[in-house]
Amino acid sequence: MNPPPGAAGSIEPLLAAKEIVVCCGSGGVGKTSVAAAAALGAAVRLGGEVLVLTVDPARRLASALGLEGIGNVERPVPPEALAVAGHRPRGRLWAAMLDTKQSWDALVLRHAPDEETAYRILDNRLYHNLTARFVQSHDYIAMERLYEIHESGRFDLLVVDTPPSRNALDFLDAPRRMAEFFGGRLLRWLTAPYRVGGRRGARVLNVASRPFYQVADRILGSQFLQDIAEFFLNFQSMYDGFVERARAVERLLLDRRTTFAVVTTLEAAPLREAEVFCTELERRRFHLGALVLNKTLPSFFLDPAGAEAAERCVADAARIGEDLATTGIAGLTDAARNARVLATVGESYRNFSVVAAREAELRAELARVPDCVCDVPAFEADIADLEGLARIAKHLFGERPVP
Amino acid sequence: MRAPDLLGRRLCIFTGKGGVGKSTVTAAMALLAAEHGRRVLVVEVDAKGNVTDRFEHPPVGFVPVEVHPGVHAMAMDTEASLREYLRLNLRVPVLGRIGPLARVFDFVATAAPGVKEVLTIGKVCWEVRESLEDRAPWDLVLVDAAASGHVIAQLGAPRSIRELVAVGPVRHQTEWMNALLEDPEVTALNVVVTPEEMPVVETIELVAAARSELAVPFGAVVVNRVLPELFTRADEEAFEAMRRPDLRERVAERVGPGAGPVLDGARLAVSLRRTRAGHLARLREAVDLPMLYVPYLFSRSHGLRETRVVAEALGAELGL
Repeated sequence: MNPPPGAAGSIEPLLAAKEIVVCCGSGGVGKTSVAAAAALGAAVRLGGEVLVLTVDPARRLASALGLEGIGNVERPVPPEALAVAGHRPRGRLWAAMLDTKQSWDALVLRHAPDEETAYRILDNRLYHNLTARFVQSHDYIAMERLYEIHESGRFDLLVVDTPPSRNALDFLDAPRRMAEFFGGRLLRWLTAPYRVGGRRGARVLNVASRPFYQVADRILGSQFLQDIAEFFLNFQSMYDGFVERARAVERLLLDRRTTFAVVTTLEAAPLREAEVFCTELERRRFHLGALVLNKTLPSFFLDPAGAEAAERCVADAARIGEDLATTGIAGLTDAARNARVLATVGESYRNFSVVAAREAELRAELARVPDCVCDVPAFEADIADLEGLARIAKHLFGERPVP
Repeated sequence: MRAPDLLGRRLCIFTGKGGVGKSTVTAAMALLAAEHGRRVLVVEVDAKGNVTDRFEHPPVGFVPVEVHPGVHAMAMDTEASLREYLRLNLRVPVLGRIGPLARVFDFVATAAPGVKEVLTIGKVCWEVRESLEDRAPWDLVLVDAAASGHVIAQLGAPRSIRELVAVGPVRHQTEWMNALLEDPEVTALNVVVTPEEMPVVETIELVAAARSELAVPFGAVVVNRVLPELFTRADEEAFEAMRRPDLRERVAERVGPGAGPVLDGARLAVSLRRTRAGHLARLREAVDLPMLYVPYLFSRSHGLRETRVVAEALGAELGL
């Protein structure tokens, strides 16, 4: 059942009941701001220790959260900063940014059997490429980091913003894929020729892998394959710890203490992705908590009285312009200018009404939505400070804007 | 700055932050080129069917399909690309075994840097080279590329592979690919952006990174969704005066109770435009590339109609 346009859902019950809220959605929809605003709202209104873990915040937003420096450390947002934004917070807001490379390095150091192996891995150029360049490695490490922070037990609520990825679903699969990746028979098969008799690099091919190596050699050259195999041999030494960990991360995401908030704008492409996402989350038995419709146009663009007034602003521009000129008020003395302004104002309203109507239609077509749907309007300026986040939070908590 | 001759190139790549309208701009460019008599191939890299959607055509596969008169489209698929590569270059007699082979390859490609990327960009370059040698019918290949975060790795793949692979046919392949990608007569890398904070920041960073890590020539920056300027300075004074409570009343007497929403709507439009103008100024200051402006479309729906409007705007900007 779709709530009527403008109906205010609230994510307050979710934020009060869950320990982890994962904000996801396609690029450019405003996940980061929504995540930060939800965390701010929870810290201020509900209390407790609340952390927002963000991936790639806009610089001004990062500095508003006290994330000037880079790195993985969780930092408290100064209470004074919250006070300045007009709140007397009941709890504390923390913020942390995800440093992919640092997180991967920490993971290797934790799971490697000894320091020598750890550094052999860390120095490997394939390792560097794998962790720095591949989108999936960002997805995995974000979830891994979430797990680690949750494990620490230091926070009542974690709100996490997911990394920009080509496919918004990738991060859900990341733990499972990582486990498969390092545990797979394929990996053993692939590295087999290099393990025979303990002589690394010896090319004693078993029958099964021979055709592959013949083709691969012709394409890539054998040195390359050998590099890969050596890398994996080192990496395999971390296998048990790593796979156990990846499974734990997946369990946490599936746990009832975790919920997902899908963020989207009311544009066709992101909305379509959001719908796919909602369906997939439910299919895989993740908890779909809320749908946040971000940057929507204010509902006054759908006011029939507004449409009529806009019409008359355009049609009667000259007459009203003259009338306003008779007031003698500074700025309004030029009747022709007044008329031009009125016509422009009316035209602009009509333009935005077209977009607002399109948004309302898309909203009405939403086939499958979670119980909670929140509207966050487009604000006239960028959200770059705590005050701005507080404005978003107000909408996330379902407070109707003062008309 | 003079408008770049994008229709005169053979390969135009469009990147940019997610959500800025890459697919719309790529589709519009394809439409524009087709209307100027070019035979176009559009390659969709993150195959979500977004480009074909702009032509109101169902999604396509690895084999190019005509989605609009003069416009063919295909979706990238690294496994199919590998299959084609093996067939064409190595005449590898393993077609029966391609299933497990592809699985192993997928596996290696996930771990080994640049393999998937090189299969992607390799297929693009292959189509361009075939067309240059009159074996493929394209005058222009347009790529709806990966988002800015990933495109450097993609375009840099031939280089990274060269660093990793000392010998063999792959190394040889990367040489002609690089030559095409780095030829300013052939290739143009374009960035799509909207006048908003994050897209602008990413564009500035992307241009800097591409200049230091790649030698791929730039075409233009396409600034999408530019809001119209409503008022001159003097007009805005008049507008502000009308928003005074007493005058709001007076306007309302003339146009009805909807005066409030109408004036508030215009105020929102002015503020949005101003915020965006600030980001645009920052972009222009930091990036010395030709800029093509596409207006924000107050249109009813997406689809071919919108593609056409964007194509007209691009045509005007390119002086066509």
